[in-house]
Amino acid sequence: MSPVIDIRNLSARTAAGPILRDVSLPVNAGEVMALVGESGAGKSTIAKAVLGILPAGIKVTGGNIFFEGADLLALTPAGLRELLGVRIALIPQDPLTSLNPARRIGDQLTDGLRLRAGMNFRAAWDKALGLLNDVHIREPEQVLKRYPHELSGGMRQRVLIAQAFSLNPHVIIADEPTTALDVTVQKQVLRLIRDMQRERKTTLLFVTHDLGVVAQICDRMTVLYGGKVLEQGATAEILRNPRSPYTKALLAASPRYDQPEQSLKPVPEALIAELKREIGA
Amino acid sequence: MTLIEARNISLDVPDMSHQALIGQRRKLRILKNVSLSLKKGETVGLVGESGSGKTSLGRCLLRLHEPSEGTLAFDGQDITHASPAQLKPLRRRMQMIFQDPQSSLNPRHTIGSILATALKLNELDAGETSIAAILGRVGLPASASRRYPHQLSGGQRQRVGSALAVALKPEFVVADEIVSGLDVSTQAQVLDLLKGLRDEMGLALAFISHDLSVVRSLCERVVIMKNGEIVEEGLTADVFANPKTGFTRTLIASIPLPEVRPGWLDQ
Repeated sequence: MSPVIDIRNLSARTAAGPILRDVSLPVNAGEVMALVGESGAGKSTIAKAVLGILPAGIKVTGGNIFFEGADLLALTPAGLRELLGVRIALIPQDPLTSLNPARRIGDQLTDGLRLRAGMNFRAAWDKALGLLNDVHIREPEQVLKRYPHELSGGMRQRVLIAQAFSLNPHVIIADEPTTALDVTVQKQVLRLIRDMQRERKTTLLFVTHDLGVVAQICDRMTVLYGGKVLEQGATAEILRNPRSPYTKALLAASPRYDQPEQSLKPVPEALIAELKREIGA
Repeated sequence: MTLIEARNISLDVPDMSHQALIGQRRKLRILKNVSLSLKKGETVGLVGESGSGKTSLGRCLLRLHEPSEGTLAFDGQDITHASPAQLKPLRRRMQMIFQDPQSSLNPRHTIGSILATALKLNELDAGETSIAAILGRVGLPASASRRYPHQLSGGQRQRVGSALAVALKPEFVVADEIVSGLDVSTQAQVLDLLKGLRDEMGLALAFISHDLSVVRSLCERVVIMKNGEIVEEGLTADVFANPKTGFTRTLIASIPLPEVRPGWLDQ
């Protein structure tokens, strides 16, 4: 089976230096792939490159991003626009800034359905109602008429999940979708994303720094440091038996209530120095 | 020795969702009959979901909010309704580290001038060497004093937040969700720093967090809050080993551990 998203030898740089170094990342149909790393590791840059929304300061210097056989980097803006939202969608990190505060939920949720799927207002509104049901929002009729600030953080994130799935995309990129949520809400939202992803066989690229979240929702994972892939493979395998010393250090730095003495160990500075030397930073 | 003691504290705020035709807005009780005391050198975790009142309680302990009912004592002195003038000599001794250093540091001032202002206001030495020493203690280079907040990374800014709080050599510190925006490696560094400062200075520390895993390894005691009330409290190890309320059990069971547990999401 060929991968749905196939990133090959992707390199990118800013004026300050390289930020992606020869990244190869095949994501198979229907799987959940985690992109793990600390800030500056390049995980968001990869997500933005796939979405074609790299900031002006970042230049791709080599490589390809194949989506169902076509190179996204070679597409014209018009060609990319055909895909985005329809075949490739995003669940953003911050549900408050990602929704327009001046428009009702229903109006925002029906945009894609009307403009991209060609539905009339009535049909789109009904479909949006069904989507809110799918993400387990109670009283969806009322919620469609509300403004974002009238919803809780968990509800807003559910609205964005509904929006991402609304046009049945083949690929969804989830950019730290649960970091802003309480743990109990996080668990519900993770379950929701997993259920919808399985039901619709959506391929998911899941950006996070939380190895606990990775363990519970991602089939495979890619560990990044300084824009370079350090380790890639099945989540269960890597978490049980990490080969890269950096992955080991990340595990030791993660909080664990069941092993309080063995957790929250800062990543040794010697290891960071060695990693920087290896990648040539 | 008990350093800070809150007895049966309640806090009322105006209900912003209610508009009275005349007179005052209806009151909303956001803390209900909360009692909590901290000894010197003791760390207590205040845990709860958003809206549980943990931040309001933290602010009450510092007398940033005036309790509507109950009493608050700091070092044996009743400060429940103390005036700003009466509080001023105590302010240096009680400090807060804020959740979001990006918005709590003045973007137009350099780190050095932010620190110097805090020191001068408390009549402490604000010379270059003293600032360099404080920065050094929180793991920042002396050159950081010439930088503006936006020129630092999130972890570095949180170090500045800690530096500000501890530069005044306080006895009591409230740390409000100080690692929630940071990635795991930075989080571990900042917590390591906080532990070091606490042990070195014998701080009484109220650590506000929604992350029970972090609280487990940092705090001897934990207080679990829900809807403005304390629903459970005790030694952290005991609460984890034997949670008494269903709410605490749910909170613990909702923490994802970094190991694959098939079926965990569906429990």
